[in-house]
Amino acid sequence: MELGQSIDLASLGSQLLVGLSRAMILFIVCAGLSFVLGVLRVPNVAHGSLYMIGAFSAYSVFALFGTSSTGFWLSLILAPFVVALVSLIAERALFCHLYQREHLMLLLFTFALMLIFGDLVKIIWGAEYRSVLAPSILRGSISIFGSSLPRYNLFLLIVGPLVAIGLWFFTSKTKIGKISRAAAVDREMVGVIGINVSWVFAGAFVLGCFLAGFGGALVAPTVSISLGMDHDIIIEAFLIVTIGGLGNIWGALVGSLIFGLTHSFGVLLWPQFAIVFPYAAVVIVLLLRPRGLLKSVW
Amino acid sequence: MLEVEGIHTFYGLSHILFGVSLRVEPGKVVCLLGRNGAGKTTTMKSIMGLTPPKRGNIRFKDEEITGKQPYVLARKGIGYVPDDRRIFADLTVGENLEIAARKARGTEGWDMERIYELFPALKNIESRKGGCLSGGEQKMLAIARALMGNPELLLLDEPTEGLAPTMVHALEDQIRKLRQAGLTVLLAEQNVRSALRLSDHGYIIDNGQIRYQGSVGELEENEEVRRKYLLV
Ligand SMILES: Nc1ncnc2c1ncn2[C@@H]1O[C@H](COP(=O)(O)OP(=O)(O)O)[C@@H](O)[C@H]1O
Ligand SMILES: [Mg+2]
Repeated sequence: MELGQSIDLASLGSQLLVGLSRAMILFIVCAGLSFVLGVLRVPNVAHGSLYMIGAFSAYSVFALFGTSSTGFWLSLILAPFVVALVSLIAERALFCHLYQREHLMLLLFTFALMLIFGDLVKIIWGAEYRSVLAPSILRGSISIFGSSLPRYNLFLLIVGPLVAIGLWFFTSKTKIGKISRAAAVDREMVGVIGINVSWVFAGAFVLGCFLAGFGGALVAPTVSISLGMDHDIIIEAFLIVTIGGLGNIWGALVGSLIFGLTHSFGVLLWPQFAIVFPYAAVVIVLLLRPRGLLKSVW
Repeated sequence: MLEVEGIHTFYGLSHILFGVSLRVEPGKVVCLLGRNGAGKTTTMKSIMGLTPPKRGNIRFKDEEITGKQPYVLARKGIGYVPDDRRIFADLTVGENLEIAARKARGTEGWDMERIYELFPALKNIESRKGGCLSGGEQKMLAIARALMGNPELLLLDEPTEGLAPTMVHALEDQIRKLRQAGLTVLLAEQNVRSALRLSDHGYIIDNGQIRYQGSVGELEENEEVRRKYLLV
C-alpha cells in the first residue's frame, strides 16, 4: 500500500483544483435541493433525476447543433430550462396537492417520481453512454507553477461563485427572494399578508430544479452521461445539505467544499480508499454538530 | 362592513365556537372581550380564513367570504395582527414591511414613510432582524406590517398583551390615529380597560359563545356583566 508517498506541490495544486471544481458542481445542485427543502419542506429525492435530465438534455442540445461549441454554450443555457419546465409540470400537476401531507408521504412520493424520471430517461435517451465535448477554449490544461490545471475545471471555478452571487442577490435583494425566505419560516402568515403561497412554492421549486439541471449541464463534458447519475448524486447531495444545515444554501456551499476537498485530498493520501474520506468527514461533522454546520431552517 | 353569522369552528374534533355572531360597522372600533381561552383568537382566525368555520357565514362589504383563503381575504382588504405577532424572524424590519406592501384601493395609502411616522421607533431598527426584536417592537411591527397591505378592516388580536403600561398608552394613541385615518377595527382583548377606552361597541365571548353585546357605555354600566365575565 502506498500511503501518499508522492505528494508534491504540483499534484497538490491540481488536486485542489479538481476538488474545488467538483465542489462547485455539488454546490449548484445542493443549493437547489436545499432551497426546496427550506421553502417547501419537501425532501426531493427526484432532485438527482432532474440533474440527470439536465445532463441528457445538454447532450441533446449539443447533438442538435452538430456537436459544435455553439451547441455546448446553448446546452448550458437550454438544458436547465428544459428541467425547469419538467419541474413546473410536476409541481402544478402533482406536488402542489401534497404540501399538507407529512414528510414521509412526500419522501415516498418524490421517490416514486425518481423512478418515473429514471424510466422516462431510459425511454427517451436509451441506455447508452452519451458525452458532450467542451469547446476548444475549455479543453486541455494550462500550466501554472508546474501544476497542470484543466481549463474546464478553472471554468467551473468561475461559474460556481457566479451562481453563489446570483443566489445571494436573489434571496437577499429581490422581493420574491425575501418572500421565499419568509415562506420558509411561516407559510401561513405569508398568505395572511396577501401573497398566494402556492405560486411562491411553484417558483421556489422550479428555481431549485433549474439549479439541478444547470449542474447536470455543467457536469456533462466531464463525465459519461448515463443512467445511474441520479443515484450517485442524490446520496451525496442529501449528505451535503445535512452537514451544511437543512434549507441553508450557504450550508450547501460549505458542505460541498468539505465533500469535494476531502475527496480530492483522499485521492492524494490513499487513492484506493479516496471515497471514504468525504463520508468520514460527514460522520465527524454530524457527531460534532448534529444539526449541521450552519443554521438549519428545519 | 363585517357580518359574522352563527359560525361554528373546530380544531380537529374539538368544537370551539358555538354560533358566534357579530357585526362591525364601517369606521368603528369594536372589541371582543373575554378571558383566556374564551375563543377570541379562534374568532379572528375564522374571519381571516385560517380556521374556516364548518357552519355559519361571514360577509365582508356585503360579499360572502366564508371559506375563502387568507391571501384572497387580505387582497379584499382585511388585515390581521395575530396575538403571537408571527414576525418573519429571518427578515429585517424593513423587509417584513416591504413584502407586505399592497397598493391602496382608496386615495391615500400606507407606505414606509407613513408607517415610520406612526411608529418612529421602527425606523431606528429598520435593518434589525425580526427575530431580534423586543415584544413591544414586535407588536408594533406586526401592526405596521398589516397596515402595509392597506386594509379597510383590521383584526387586532390582543395588541397590548405583555406590554408595559407606558407602551400600552402609546399603542392606544396609535390605534386612535388609525381610526381617525378611517380604518375599521375589530379588537380582541383581555385588557378590558384599554379596550373600552378605544372602542365604540363591545361583545363579550365566553366558552365560544357571545354572552353579551352593547355600546361601551352599556358595558361599563352593567355591573353583572363586568363581574361575571370581565373580572374588573
Ligand atoms: N390549535 C388548537 N388546537 C386545539 N385547541 C385549540 C387550539 N387553539 C386554541 N384551542 C382551544 O380553543 C379554545 C379557544 O382558544 P382561543 O381562541 O385561543 O382563545 P382566546 O384567544 O380567547 O384566549 C381554548 O379552549 C383553546 O384551548
Ligand atoms: Mg388569544
